[in-house]
Amino acid sequence: MESTVLKIEKFSAFFGENQVLKEVSLSIPQNRITAIMGPSGCGKTTLIRCINRMHELIPDARVSGKIFLDNEDIYATDPIIVRRQIGMVFQKPNPFPMMSIYDNVIAGYNLNGIRLAKDEKDRIVEESLRKAALWDEVKESLYRRGTFLSGGQQQRLCIARALAMGPAVLLLDEPTSALDPKATSHIEELIVQLKDTVSIVLVTHNMAQAARVSDFAAFVYLGELVEFGPSGRMFTAPKDKRTEAYLMGKFG
Amino acid sequence: MLSESSFRKILSAAGAFILLLLVAIFFSLLIASLPAIQSFGVRFLSSSTWDPVRSEFGAFSFLVGTLATSFLALLISVVFSIPISIYLGEYSAQGSTATFIKSMIELLAGVPSVIYGFCGLFLLAPLVRSLEMKLGAAPYGVGIFTASLVLSIMIIPYSASIGREVISLVPSDLKEAALSLGATRFEVIRKVILPYAGSGIVAGILLSLGRALGETMAVTMVIGNSNFIPKSIFSPANTLASVIANEFTEATGSLYLASLIELGLVLFIVTTVINLIGKLIIRRMGVGE
Amino acid sequence: MKEPSIRRRIIYDKVFKKIIILLTFCSILPMLFLLFFITSKGISVINWNFLTQLPKPVGEIGGGISNAIIGTLMLIGIGTAFSVPVGILAGIFLSENRKGTLASLTRLCVETLQGVPSIVIGIIAYIWLVVSMGSFSALSGGVALGLMMLPVIITATEQTLKLIPGSLKEASLALGVSYPRTILKVILPAGLSGIATGILLSIARVAGETAPLLFTAFGSPFMNLHVLKPINSLPLMIFNYATSPYPEWHTLAWGASFILIILVLALNLFTKVVTKRWKVQF
Repeated sequence: MESTVLKIEKFSAFFGENQVLKEVSLSIPQNRITAIMGPSGCGKTTLIRCINRMHELIPDARVSGKIFLDNEDIYATDPIIVRRQIGMVFQKPNPFPMMSIYDNVIAGYNLNGIRLAKDEKDRIVEESLRKAALWDEVKESLYRRGTFLSGGQQQRLCIARALAMGPAVLLLDEPTSALDPKATSHIEELIVQLKDTVSIVLVTHNMAQAARVSDFAAFVYLGELVEFGPSGRMFTAPKDKRTEAYLMGKFG
Repeated sequence: MLSESSFRKILSAAGAFILLLLVAIFFSLLIASLPAIQSFGVRFLSSSTWDPVRSEFGAFSFLVGTLATSFLALLISVVFSIPISIYLGEYSAQGSTATFIKSMIELLAGVPSVIYGFCGLFLLAPLVRSLEMKLGAAPYGVGIFTASLVLSIMIIPYSASIGREVISLVPSDLKEAALSLGATRFEVIRKVILPYAGSGIVAGILLSLGRALGETMAVTMVIGNSNFIPKSIFSPANTLASVIANEFTEATGSLYLASLIELGLVLFIVTTVINLIGKLIIRRMGVGE
Repeated sequence: MKEPSIRRRIIYDKVFKKIIILLTFCSILPMLFLLFFITSKGISVINWNFLTQLPKPVGEIGGGISNAIIGTLMLIGIGTAFSVPVGILAGIFLSENRKGTLASLTRLCVETLQGVPSIVIGIIAYIWLVVSMGSFSALSGGVALGLMMLPVIITATEQTLKLIPGSLKEASLALGVSYPRTILKVILPAGLSGIATGILLSIARVAGETAPLLFTAFGSPFMNLHVLKPINSLPLMIFNYATSPYPEWHTLAWGASFILIILVLALNLFTKVVTKRWKVQF
């Protein structure tokens, strides 16, 4: 029996009058990789942005319904706390350009004014970079600015930065769509290794990637959760006609 | 640390502060000019009497002085700033010569006004004096002509840089279409580029005008400080700004001071209107600042 | 219809280009003349005494501009202290609020303030500070300069921050960093070079200003470090000496002009260097 880390209950999201998510109910299993798929504009990015409460930053944005992280209603908590427990990696790598690699990894602590002893910081930086499979490549240049790294390395730096906060869930918003195939496969390997540490929600429009990497998959279409289940079954014997059509490339 | 809403309130307060500042500026000028507005009313703008002894004040001579120097300066500067815009925008947009010219023009804008006045007084005025002697006019050396010359040099950079930008923004496919039809470069400039960039160039000129109207020190030092309506281009005169500069600290009596401040109010309104019209045109043309 | 001959059109084209080039190069001649004259007349006056002594009464040989130099620095200091905090905050406000009534009105006011003639600013500082305090002062002069620096700093801050990609803000917010901290610790540092440029440019703008000081700082023959007393400044001194009837003072004014021009040019050069070195690539 899978234990649940995130419970989404009848969740809807709006941009002004426009309803983008329609009463989505979903249980994200712990320590597994859950892929969220669907054609562009279906609401999958909005969904994960609601999970780490970034959606509400847009003026005119509104939500209804509940999301529970380990039984705590995240909409009843301060968003800042939620975002420390639920990390996010974006489509385009966005390391802080004026900080060194070291400072980038530890940025979550520095920016929040959390003071740590130097060896504590060193430990967190090394641990996070190791988890992100970047340590060996940057350990000699920790104090240089991160902008000389390749796209794939920058993305791993962003993953390390998110992991450093010790989140329970890591949200990945199409993390490899801006990367070349080699970097993509490195990141995919990394994601699979990470699930022991953290529960992963992966938004991707790349079906092959979802099939390779995920344990569970959800198919979202026009703001509705159409189908959810173990990936093995979803990709070979989808229950819903719409899922089948999507998987056969009939839309988006 | 601050909460988000307190921080946002502080930011809005900073914005509101600027708003209040400008409102306060306008009303301070208005209130301080009240004695003069109440005594003279609209006559203030049409009367050329400026008599501190009899406490009778009128702005007309200064309006004439201001408009004469500004428009003459504008005319002279345009002869140079439009060619500069065309040169830097069309003929030579890159390269070390272009960079050199651009830096020189920027420097023109950076030289303090008082230094322009100083050089105008000691270098230009003697030249103008000999010119006046040759022409049989009274050899003041200072006056509207000298002030306009100095002013024209000072305002070249403003219209030149905006003109350059709008000219360089003319889409190259339009230019190429004209060239491919067999037009010479001169014709492309005359028939395609200038009409297209026309309103932007006008905006730049308006901005130069705004600058010229408000310019004080250089003008004060070479305009000759006369409170009478200038009779010819070589006569000494005063502008709104120069009479304030010359007489403010000597002003005795509240009506005298209020009249000077009313001159400042008029200057404020005129320059604001001209500058805003210029900026509006520029924004419509989509030129990035 | 008679068509102009091709040869004629080509001649017009060539002549036009020559005229344009001629007029362009002519327009930089005044600048070159000006620099040449100030240097030739001013450089002989510069010596250690000139820079460190106070002005002497008319008729006495020598004297210097030390109080004017200190005065200029003090006035710039007061102006900066007043305009930088408010200016940067207002700039952040404008860049974080692209739409909205308050923001649009504020932008309008910034543009208006930019165009206010410097002598009118002087009148305002006079009304607000000199009248209420009963005397001319460095403070009123400094505030007048600060008012002139404000729009430059606000615009530079707003433009710089607008160029910072939104992904930076998102990255910081997604880490659970609060909005105020995100702005102050991530966005502002990323825009530092542009903001510094704005501050330096505004200083260069006011360093040579005379009109706003005529009836605020007023000028003084003495050295003054007291914020509430009148104070001298380089441009004020140049104005007073140049328009005086004494040739010795004219000479001093050339020397002071030379110093002032060097100061302004150095500031502009320094600004360009700072912009290049501190620029953050995205």
